[in-house]
Amino acid sequence: MKLPVLNEQPILKVKDVNKLYGINRGCQAIGFDLYPGEVLGIVGESGSGKSTLLKCLSGECQPDSGDIIFNALSGEVLNLYEIGEAKRRLLMRSEFGIVKQNPRDGLRLSVSAGANIGERLMAVGERHYGGIRSTASSWLQQVEIDAERIDDFPQSFSGGMQQRLQIARVLVTKPRLVMMDEPTGGLDVSVQARLLDMIRTLVANLNLSVVIVTHDLAVARLLCHRLMVMQKSRVIESGLTDQILDDPQHPYTQLLVSSVLTP
Amino acid sequence: MDEPYNFAYLDEQTKRSIRRGLLKAVAIPGYQVPFAGREMPMPYGWGTGGVQVTASILGKDDTLKVIDQGADDTTNAVSIRQFFEKTAKIKTTTKTDKATIIQTRHRIPEQSLTRDQIVVFQVPVPDPLRFIEASETESRKMHALEEYGVMHVKLYEDISHLGHIATTYAYPAMVNDRYVMDPSPIPKFDNPKMNMSEALFLFGAGREKRLYAIPPYTSVNSLDFDDHPFEIQQWDDVCEICASAESFLDEVIIDDEGTRMFVCSDSYFCEQQKIKNEQCQPIVLVSES
Repeated sequence: MKLPVLNEQPILKVKDVNKLYGINRGCQAIGFDLYPGEVLGIVGESGSGKSTLLKCLSGECQPDSGDIIFNALSGEVLNLYEIGEAKRRLLMRSEFGIVKQNPRDGLRLSVSAGANIGERLMAVGERHYGGIRSTASSWLQQVEIDAERIDDFPQSFSGGMQQRLQIARVLVTKPRLVMMDEPTGGLDVSVQARLLDMIRTLVANLNLSVVIVTHDLAVARLLCHRLMVMQKSRVIESGLTDQILDDPQHPYTQLLVSSVLTP
Repeated sequence: MDEPYNFAYLDEQTKRSIRRGLLKAVAIPGYQVPFAGREMPMPYGWGTGGVQVTASILGKDDTLKVIDQGADDTTNAVSIRQFFEKTAKIKTTTKTDKATIIQTRHRIPEQSLTRDQIVVFQVPVPDPLRFIEASETESRKMHALEEYGVMHVKLYEDISHLGHIATTYAYPAMVNDRYVMDPSPIPKFDNPKMNMSEALFLFGAGREKRLYAIPPYTSVNSLDFDDHPFEIQQWDDVCEICASAESFLDEVIIDDEGTRMFVCSDSYFCEQQKIKNEQCQPIVLVSES
């Protein structure tokens, strides 16, 4: 596993973020730094606030309080919820990439695979059909989909292929920060393994910073440099992945690690 | 009361409110302005939006021309013309150059328009983003933030499946480099006529209650790709009545055997061309053998 370079500025700084829907429902008192090239996993049970936190980070849900500060490619330091919606949405379709758990939420099902990949390119101003098409075709190959299927509709793809197509659609504009919500949810184990392998390769090749939400500790072990364990809206333990999984300190983390089934 | 209707059917307050909306539409070219549309004595889809716009800008000295698919003698055109003859007692005409207001459905007249003319369009679906984004809240936000990348997705799909941009009518265009607009279901043949036009274009959508406008001398650019530029329709045939090779031709099937003929869709233009042809007999060149 390629180790991140730690002498750089963090790409994302999260300071005391709170977003509560009720007492201990949502996420509260969250703070961390994410460095370029680093993969951070957020694990925890259903309802622990993982997805709420991810939505706050990705610009989809304004937190009640706290700051999310992004170090943009231009060198600007942007406070995600103070820059205005126009700039935030521009950021979301250029430097951010958001991969949904259900590929059908992240894809446009009524247009072809090529158009799905091309959409973000066109959204940032690409106007050359031939260029868009060759980029789409090379991305299909990168996510291990036959380039001949460029004009097929996503409905005709299997679940795993749809998820890979979604990843291609997100990565095509070369985002610097990718957020994934349970990217392997609902896939069978062999498809999961190939997808994880592919994500790991892409992350390393493109030097992506990734925040990945999962309840699957095996996924966390494979992909993440660092883990945050959440329970009842708070981070209860955080540290290097191996450290958390091999030597959990908090009783809940111990329970979580010991509940993993080994065949 | 002597007159059964107020001038041009609508009451004065309604006409004022629509004019206020139109002023805003002219001030922000291509922006869709909501307005309090009224029930009109005709079904939605027959031009209730256009009729309300015409009613609110009509003055006693105006001359009105109404066309449907380019022709003055089609049902929709005839009934709307009669509606205003009856309710406003104004002059009507079929002559494009004599009209001060032209209400239209599906065409812009072939003859170039002047600064003294206003064209009123009947619009079924005012938002070009509607077929891609079903939510009104979201599509308004996309307009506000100029998020028009998805507009090209449709064009991309056309090229990838058919080899060329197959959108032939209601072809989306960028107005004044700011708002993407649905030019109503006119053929894309007519899109270039809107660019830097001398006349004022007003659009009214009755069912969706939206107004928008293109003021005179405003840029209107049809969306396209660098390597697949915007092109208008072309025909191998000429009009069988007037022999025009420049106008938009309708293909008409004339018998049960599938025999077809091509004729101008703009009936007044066709008439004029025919008169011109009769005045000067075509010179037949006989090549020396």
